[in-house]
Amino acid sequence: MANQPIDAYAASLPPDKRESVYQSTKGTHEKRTKLLWDHFLDPNELRQTAGRIKQHVIENLDTLLPAAEAKLQANGVQVHWAPTAEDACAAVHGIMDARGATKLVKSKTMVSEEIELTPYLEKRGMEALETDLGEFIIQIDHDHPSHIVRPIIHKNRREIATSFEREGLGDYNDEPEVITRRARDFLRQKYLQADVGLTGGNFISAESGRLVLVTNEGNSRFCLAAPKVHIALVGIEKLVPRDRDLGLLLNLLGRSATAQQLTVYTEFITGPKSPTQPDGPEEMHVIFVDNGRTEVLASQCREILRCIRCGACLNVCPIYRQASGHAYRSVYPGPVGAVLSPLLAGKQFPELADLPKASSLCGACNEVCPVDIPIPDLLLRLRDKGKTEGAPKASIGVPPMGGWALMASQPTAWKAALAGGKVINHIPTKLIPFPPLQSWTSSRTLPEWRGGSFRKWMKNRPSK
Amino acid sequence: MSSARDQILKRVNDALAPLPERAPLPDWDRELVHVRETAIPPSTDLWALFSERLKSVNGEPVDDLATLVNLLRENGWLHGYCDPALWPELQSAFDESFTVETDFDRTRVDDYAFGITAVAGAIAETGTLILGDNTTSSRLGALTPWAHIAVVRDAQIHPDILAAINALPEDPNLIFVTGPSKTADVEGILIEGVHGPGRQLALRR
Repeated sequence: MANQPIDAYAASLPPDKRESVYQSTKGTHEKRTKLLWDHFLDPNELRQTAGRIKQHVIENLDTLLPAAEAKLQANGVQVHWAPTAEDACAAVHGIMDARGATKLVKSKTMVSEEIELTPYLEKRGMEALETDLGEFIIQIDHDHPSHIVRPIIHKNRREIATSFEREGLGDYNDEPEVITRRARDFLRQKYLQADVGLTGGNFISAESGRLVLVTNEGNSRFCLAAPKVHIALVGIEKLVPRDRDLGLLLNLLGRSATAQQLTVYTEFITGPKSPTQPDGPEEMHVIFVDNGRTEVLASQCREILRCIRCGACLNVCPIYRQASGHAYRSVYPGPVGAVLSPLLAGKQFPELADLPKASSLCGACNEVCPVDIPIPDLLLRLRDKGKTEGAPKASIGVPPMGGWALMASQPTAWKAALAGGKVINHIPTKLIPFPPLQSWTSSRTLPEWRGGSFRKWMKNRPSK
Repeated sequence: MSSARDQILKRVNDALAPLPERAPLPDWDRELVHVRETAIPPSTDLWALFSERLKSVNGEPVDDLATLVNLLRENGWLHGYCDPALWPELQSAFDESFTVETDFDRTRVDDYAFGITAVAGAIAETGTLILGDNTTSSRLGALTPWAHIAVVRDAQIHPDILAAINALPEDPNLIFVTGPSKTADVEGILIEGVHGPGRQLALRR
């Protein structure tokens, strides 16, 4: 029986990388837990309230989206709508074309990766450069992004130094400080040359139209200081009802993601720069991206749209800790990715139908989630969907159960099996050349068979 | 053919139509986000608390102008940018060994060792500085020099994040800055000064 793809990937990882992913996720998770419980009287109530706010948002998008749009427009922001990934890419391209712009700098946006914006623009002769240090390294390596918070958790300093040398960013030097300074020198020139700064959006307040962005490196600030146009790609679910809700969610976001009280740069943007300000964008565009989100909203897994992309569920997940982000074959990894990626895949759902099985269903992801998403329940619903739709990938790593189902649904066969089952205690099951059984018994010990005794006891029980 | 906007809103409506009821918007009490160790009594010296918090995120509070000028000189930071509105107030403390410009030239971003700008506010609980377009004379002047000095007045300090958000001034771009620019992307090792300032100072005025 074949291994599940995620197991196969984990097994192929060099031990040092697996160890580094494990240690780093474990350390962040422990710091996060300590910080939350040190700081708040009732962190659980806090995250459950945040979850209720976000659930309100997704169940009221019909009124909150037009409300946010009206506020944004009143603030001088041009609002665009993109039903598909292609539409979102075309909207960015259209805005650049209208300005005669050819150079774009990006501050990490997962949506831009989801819609594959960079290859779209590059094919049309435009430059789109990642500016987050980790994402920049991924881009020059032609790797693909697969981690929400620590983009290069899977690369070591030697690999990075080799990439820098290859790209003409100085002679080989694997000191993290030297690597960072070289990136600083190179990227600040790129910011100054760029026509457009593209960002994502962590939140938009429907009350004021404020767009909130968080980064630690300050790359979003640079993208909004040097170029003359700002484009924000925002998933339609990223709204909050009121400004004060930002206070609650920001208190959770930094702590959950990287165990910081606040991320270093938290930006509240309502529009193009002030007329008195010499730097910054003269025009600002927000592109609301659907790209499958409305299908998720219509599904039984709509709670996943509460996600604020903090990565806490990755850090605590026993599967992610062993496998790392690439194992999930999509932009969103870990427990959140195991739910979101197959759903956003639309018709390609069967391609990712194995991901909901990449979980021990231990519940840790739900316990840490700052917006209380019931991820294990959603994984079970998606396993059911995979099975119901007959996706072959949903069955990888599962022994054929047809014979079992037949036996369990026929009382006579069932009784006979129970009665005869004791035989199994005398059979060396590990030696039976039946691959599904071998696969199961390689990591499990069968308990001693004691079946049938209950019925016997029941039958011989004296009647009252 | 319907517009992209109508298309998305129709899909949203169709997706929500079968719901028997919608999740209500919960109200919540600010006690929920009170940070235990910084639950701040009204008489607290907010500058003292802000200073302590700023240090905990690797920022540097500076209590007076003479100390700041000495610190700049000791580090060899002799060329910088200063907000033109602040310069008349600060100028007398800088001798001729300094070159301070009040116009920021974006073609020479690497020439400036320091940038001095005013804040729109600060947050004691987190050691955060708040910069705004209407108060910070140049976004690049506060971002590109190695050392950024934010000029803070006591009355501008809010006790916590929520108080600061509730009092956000009218401004198209407000930014909470909590310490120097930093990354831990390379093997989880903390490096400061990735794109923005490697040193974040706050001068009390």
